Amino acid sequence: MSRYSVFSLIANALNGQKGWTPAWRDAVPKPSYDVIIVGGGGHGLATAYYLAKEHGIRNVAVLEKGHIGSGNAGRNTTIIRSNYLLPGNEPFYEWSMKLWEGLEQDLNYNAMVSQRGIINLYHSDGQRDAYARRGNAMRLAGADSELLDREQVKALCPFLDFDNSRFPIKGGLMQARAGTARHDAVVWGYARAADRLGVDIVQNCEVTGFIREGDAVVGVETNRGPIRAGKVGLAVAGSTSRLTKHLGLRLPIESHVLQAFVSEGLKPLVPGVITFGMGHFYVSQSDKGGLVFGGDIDGYNSYAQRGNLPVVEDVAEGGMALMPLIGRLRMLRSWGGLVDMSMDGSPIIDVGPLPGLFLNTAWNYGGFKATPASGWCFAWTIAKEEAHRFNAAFRLDRFRTGHVIDEKGVGAQPNLH
Amino acid sequence: MRITCPYCGARSSHEFAYLGDAAPTRPDPADPEAPDAFNAYVYERDNVAGVMDELWYHSGGCRRWLTVTRDTRTHAITAVRFTTMRFTGTEAAE
Ligand SMILES: Cc1cc2nc3c(=O)[nH]c(=O)nc-3n(C[C@H](O)[C@H](O)[C@H](O)COP(=O)(O)OP(=O)(O)OC[C@H]3O[C@@H](n4cnc5c(N)ncnc54)[C@H](O)[C@@H]3O)c2cc1C
Ligand SMILES: [Zn+2]
Repeated sequence: MSRYSVFSLIANALNGQKGWTPAWRDAVPKPSYDVIIVGGGGHGLATAYYLAKEHGIRNVAVLEKGHIGSGNAGRNTTIIRSNYLLPGNEPFYEWSMKLWEGLEQDLNYNAMVSQRGIINLYHSDGQRDAYARRGNAMRLAGADSELLDREQVKALCPFLDFDNSRFPIKGGLMQARAGTARHDAVVWGYARAADRLGVDIVQNCEVTGFIREGDAVVGVETNRGPIRAGKVGLAVAGSTSRLTKHLGLRLPIESHVLQAFVSEGLKPLVPGVITFGMGHFYVSQSDKGGLVFGGDIDGYNSYAQRGNLPVVEDVAEGGMALMPLIGRLRMLRSWGGLVDMSMDGSPIIDVGPLPGLFLNTAWNYGGFKATPASGWCFAWTIAKEEAHRFNAAFRLDRFRTGHVIDEKGVGAQPNLH
Repeated sequence: MRITCPYCGARSSHEFAYLGDAAPTRPDPADPEAPDAFNAYVYERDNVAGVMDELWYHSGGCRRWLTVTRDTRTHAITAVRFTTMRFTGTEAAE
């Protein structure tokens, strides 16, 4: 498997594209590994890559029940940003942003990282003050932020309904380094790079239980037989509780459905990512021209990976209030993903809670942007058996001890985060 | 998804607010194990993939709390009844 470069492009153009080889091996599981990562989404694959690259642990398997990227990694709306408020969160997400900025060179893969900016609109004085505070918190953590007034937003997005009588747009908080990335390419890029370092990527391999020695987790049961491991890391997002049930663990997580939508293709219209501050609606434009948009989670527990019409209506109303032109567009498709909502809206990357076990979960509706830092921190946590300072606050026991990280301040009610 | 309220009949789920799993019940604060029990009550969930009893509030209708039996894998609802006073470990049926 060769490096991708302008020379490999030219060489293959001249030989009729016959020289390309598969980007990763279709590995058959070995009887045992140093580390098993369950879940071939972005987070699982990134973890395996950084285990091999940063910690020299290469006897690693990623076990995926379907094909890699068939979960949320391939269903999200691809927004990457680091515009969080709380000190437990912001340094982690800013580290992720920095990893995104060097990702393509690092992986030798075009992940289409596009720093086209995000604007969170505000509609009242109180909201402006809250965003000013958030922008300052971001800067304290080394991120960029800029508070825009109405005229500055208007220059960038003249198509918004600035004089909406209920929610006039007064300005927005901008993070220029935020943007989008191609979700599938992120999965494929990490898979290829991990494979090149010796990681086995095993698809169609569903983990159905755990091998135990006393309290310790020493391997997994799968539909392709038992596989032993020195350490087992779970990175299965919305399916976490289904697996930890076999270990007798109850987690501070509920699985919910989040929907997203794509319109027919348009000429370039939406310059970056825009979020409506009054009602949950956000929109960006894909490189193919379709508007990609979404809103709230449906709000009830669900493993169905599809949602219901009330949210479709709700998102459409939000879109119409923000940018009435959207009413003239046809929607091409909508879909749903299985999101791991936590009791405080923030993630968990931790050692334990059983010997040999490591947890990576609770990504809520926003774990795509976290992919690089989540993999990087989870690899660190697995290798060193302790958290890095970037994920030090993402402890499982924070709920018991009262150290919750509740960005929205709504309490232990997952469907409000 | 439509929920058949025993009082109002079949209505869109839009009319209802969702609280979640009906299983957790408020522990007795006087119990010596109360801190653990409250941690479990407030934060820990079975997060059932399958049939589960859950609490919905008919905010856009009769404003009664309902206990809905629903399959989280398919959204199919098999039973809806009024929720009455809930005590530790029990749910009085109406
Ligand atoms: C509609 C939608 C829009 C979103 N938009 C954004 C966004 O704009 N920005 C953002 O930051 N985040 C967004 N998210 C959230 C983001 O997609 C997720 O938080 C993130 O992808 C989760 O991490 P992951 O990629 O590892 O998960 P997944 O891709 O879900 O990976 C988990 C994997 O585990 C596998 N698995 C499950 N059980 C087993 C088992 N027993 N054995 C083996 N494998 C198993 C699954 O098949 C799956 O491939 C969105 C999510 C959805 C649904
Ligand atoms: Zn009713």
